[in-house]
Amino acid sequence: MTEIFGVPTQALFGQLLIGLINGSFYALLSLGLAVIFGLLNIINFTHGAQYMMGAFAAYFLLNKLGLNYWWALVLAPLAVGATGVIVERLMLSRLYKLDHLYGLLLTFGLALIIQGAFRHEYGSAGLPYSIPEILSGGTNLGFMFLPKYRAWVIVASLAVCVGTWFVIERTKLGAYLRAATENPAMVQAFGVNVPRMITLTYGFGVALAGLAGVMAAPIYQVNPLMGADTIIVVFAVVVIGGMGSIMGAVITGFGLGVIEGLTKVFYPEASNTVIFVIMAIVLMIRPQGLFGSR
Amino acid sequence: MAEVLRIEHLNAWYGESHILHGVDLTVNQGEVVTLLGRNGSGRTTTLKSIMGLVGRRAGSIRVNGQETISWPTHKVAHLGIGYCPEERAIFSSLSVEENLMLPPQIGEGGMSVDEIYDMFPNLRERRKTAQGTKLSGGEQQMLAMARILRTGAHLLLLDEITEGLAPVIVQALGRIIVKLKERGFTIVLVEQNFRFAAPLADRFYVMEHGKIAETFSAPELESKTQLLHEYLGV
Repeated sequence: MTEIFGVPTQALFGQLLIGLINGSFYALLSLGLAVIFGLLNIINFTHGAQYMMGAFAAYFLLNKLGLNYWWALVLAPLAVGATGVIVERLMLSRLYKLDHLYGLLLTFGLALIIQGAFRHEYGSAGLPYSIPEILSGGTNLGFMFLPKYRAWVIVASLAVCVGTWFVIERTKLGAYLRAATENPAMVQAFGVNVPRMITLTYGFGVALAGLAGVMAAPIYQVNPLMGADTIIVVFAVVVIGGMGSIMGAVITGFGLGVIEGLTKVFYPEASNTVIFVIMAIVLMIRPQGLFGSR
Repeated sequence: MAEVLRIEHLNAWYGESHILHGVDLTVNQGEVVTLLGRNGSGRTTTLKSIMGLVGRRAGSIRVNGQETISWPTHKVAHLGIGYCPEERAIFSSLSVEENLMLPPQIGEGGMSVDEIYDMFPNLRERRKTAQGTKLSGGEQQMLAMARILRTGAHLLLLDEITEGLAPVIVQALGRIIVKLKERGFTIVLVEQNFRFAAPLADRFYVMEHGKIAETFSAPELESKTQLLHEYLGV
């Protein structure tokens, strides 16, 4: 059997793939957090619960309405994003004039309520969600076995991340968003409806979490606590990448997923803590994060 | 001349602080009207109140006959108002060209990009500059004015556009105001530099303690010198 650094290639590339899969979810989730923080200046602690809601929405669509995974990819983010719009209009919009801490406390409280409600109803054992037939099975690449669904998740999340980056950095709409991040009053004085833009941006960030939830459902099962487990790591990713940095969220998300995967191969004891060790080092050397500017 | 802006009994507050105490003023189409006064007299707050950028307002602000006192800022802008704030508000995350192209169309007949570059040749040279805030103070001021000329706005609110700029830049801005007036723009100019404003304005309002203390037209300027000296120390 071929080995690299004394590790069989199957094991090495297998862990690398798991790292990329985790990295895909870190990137998608931290991208949503970065978009929301960039414009609203709110640290959205509800993000993990909204990711979980995306997975549950996919589960309900399949089991209650008979709508398959591909429908869920479209409808679940829309539904979860709509709940985000309601939360922003009814609650968050009342807090913008207060200290940012209030937004954090509100979203943290909401996360606990949502997770508690789902846990009360569905327990914490997890509900199965099968891989769509066209993406089941895999390909033997010689040095490793590549499951089709996992390859799809990596490609799809990369496409969504690049698409979001393009919209924000290269389009007129993105220019409005970036300008409103700096000086919302001035953008409004140009005639742009900034309050509506803020609502839709929050809805879009939440929809990204919902999308990640749908893609995660066949891999991790549908579980009320799936978001709570992931979100702590995602916050570390956002801090390392730089709060509000779109490119930082994407690169750091994928990068740290891979580092975590490789740590499982070479020093498994540290695999659960490596991201937090990196966060501590980055905070000491560059508190604004690797790609952050403030 | 048609009345573009009529303000009556305008009061404005920042939190608990009562800043404007019943401002009354009118601006007619094609006029350059200057608000003079010392720092803290309420001139900037008057412009911000027109745009809906202060916390609480009372009274009446009519733009082209339309009451706007309770309107949100973005809706007010769509009546054809271009606002150039004192702090210039150039966006550091946008390039010079992006800053210029950022404001959306809010009316008909905005200047073309080529016309704007002809009016502000420096900006043509610096348009690829990665960050708008890398420009010099004068260039940033020109960019702040240029970006509202593209939008089709016909009423321009210009706040302290000469502040902190070299005399040669101030002269250039004066020539640009003359050109804008010739093109039919209506301009409300908040200015502390009386020598800059004096030859440009058709009418003057002097503000003190959040009220209009005096108003006079350009031909009366000479006879008001002593009065201006008392109000402004010039």
